[in-house]
Amino acid sequence: MLVLVVITALCFDFTNGFHDTGNAMATSIATGALGPRTAVAISGVLNFVGAFLSLAVAATIASGLVDTKVVTLTVVAAGLAGGIIWNLVTWLFGIPSSSSHALIGGVIGSVMAASGGSAVLWKGLVSKVILPAVFSPLIAGLVAAVGTWLLYRISRSMTEGARKHGFRIGQIGSACMVSLAHGTNDAQKTMGVITLALIANGTLAAKSNAPIWVIVCCALAISLGTYLGGWRVIRTLGKGLVEIESPQGMAAESASAAIILLSSSFGYSLSTTHVATGSIIGTGLGKKGAEVRWNVAGRMATAWIFTLPSAAIVGAAAEALAHSIGGTLGVVVDLIILAALAGFIYYRSRGSKVDHNNVNAEWTGGVAPEPAETVAA
Amino acid sequence: MSWINLSALWKIVVFGLVAGAGLPALFAGGLYTLSWGPRTGKLATAGADGGEDSDALVGGNVLGMVLAAIAFLIVLAAIGWGIYEVYQIGHPAVKK
Repeated sequence: MLVLVVITALCFDFTNGFHDTGNAMATSIATGALGPRTAVAISGVLNFVGAFLSLAVAATIASGLVDTKVVTLTVVAAGLAGGIIWNLVTWLFGIPSSSSHALIGGVIGSVMAASGGSAVLWKGLVSKVILPAVFSPLIAGLVAAVGTWLLYRISRSMTEGARKHGFRIGQIGSACMVSLAHGTNDAQKTMGVITLALIANGTLAAKSNAPIWVIVCCALAISLGTYLGGWRVIRTLGKGLVEIESPQGMAAESASAAIILLSSSFGYSLSTTHVATGSIIGTGLGKKGAEVRWNVAGRMATAWIFTLPSAAIVGAAAEALAHSIGGTLGVVVDLIILAALAGFIYYRSRGSKVDHNNVNAEWTGGVAPEPAETVAA
Repeated sequence: MSWINLSALWKIVVFGLVAGAGLPALFAGGLYTLSWGPRTGKLATAGADGGEDSDALVGGNVLGMVLAAIAFLIVLAAIGWGIYEVYQIGHPAVKK
């Protein structure tokens, strides 16, 4: 049972890396600073390193959100199922929604289904998850806008070629920092959940830190997911929102990295996705004449609002199902349904494939580029 | 615990601006002084430094290069220090 839960958690971590590569690398890929495959490889490695860097967020997830006394392994498994399904669905549509909210929503949903709303630490939820979710994109947008303005101002007398070349180098550096930051924040979430499961199982005492093997497994899973790359999300972030030049890319990534690292060290489990999106929009606002595609931004914002409740509903349903069947069998049934759904979503995605060959094709309004290019690739 | 941790919010905004906008600006300043000199001009030819003439980064002015080196070093040092701080905060020595 515990093994099942840990595997599910690692699967979530994998989809998390998969979904979030875009946050770090989308702008570098979009401006051509890094080749798509190089970018995801670097990002994978740095996510691995970042996972070891800070444990503050794991602590928040493991003890700050729900009453650990009511958490059982079934509850954790059901919550994870909610998170994974939401991640996959948003990935199919190329929407960079928050994996963190998917996870937290799933866990909260299953806890509520299992033992009612009183087991959720609402105050912790609002102050450590919801408020940071509202503020972080705004702050990131502000920082990115200021940064973009400064970069263009300082470099305005440089030749176009030198500017492009120089900032591409800077962009690689800043993108690496985002990957590192992503590891410190997002890999932590899964560690937190596995720790929660271990506490529920009685393997660990309440309020324990994540054991080292948990850290290593999570780091590996998220790196692998990152390396395989969520090309669909990368495309939306890199091409869909704003047409990005290399100084803007650098400004956006520096802003994201700074905000994520700072918040991680305060233990706020904020969404790297929200921060990166805020930064990219900010960098569009900071440059005169740049155009932000607000309709794409609006679609994302809508998805963000729905992330917590939707994942919670899926989590609750999974918990109810597992509970009505009971025991290990209930969890197994949940996981079989989950695997079937995942397979179906993967199958659907083949119809409009986005990969490293066409990730930068001209934005034509949809997630996948015109089919002709796909065939050529 | 209050609903909004104002002091943390304030710190994130200020440090975010310094690190997230200030450091790239410093990097940009370094690129700018690095480009001082004759070699990055519009008429520059593809020379010993190789590559296309249009995207040459080093202009050849010594003062410019020194200033750029200082700027880049400060940026790197700040990043290193930041990572160290995060590591320190993220690994509390003794947990109650």
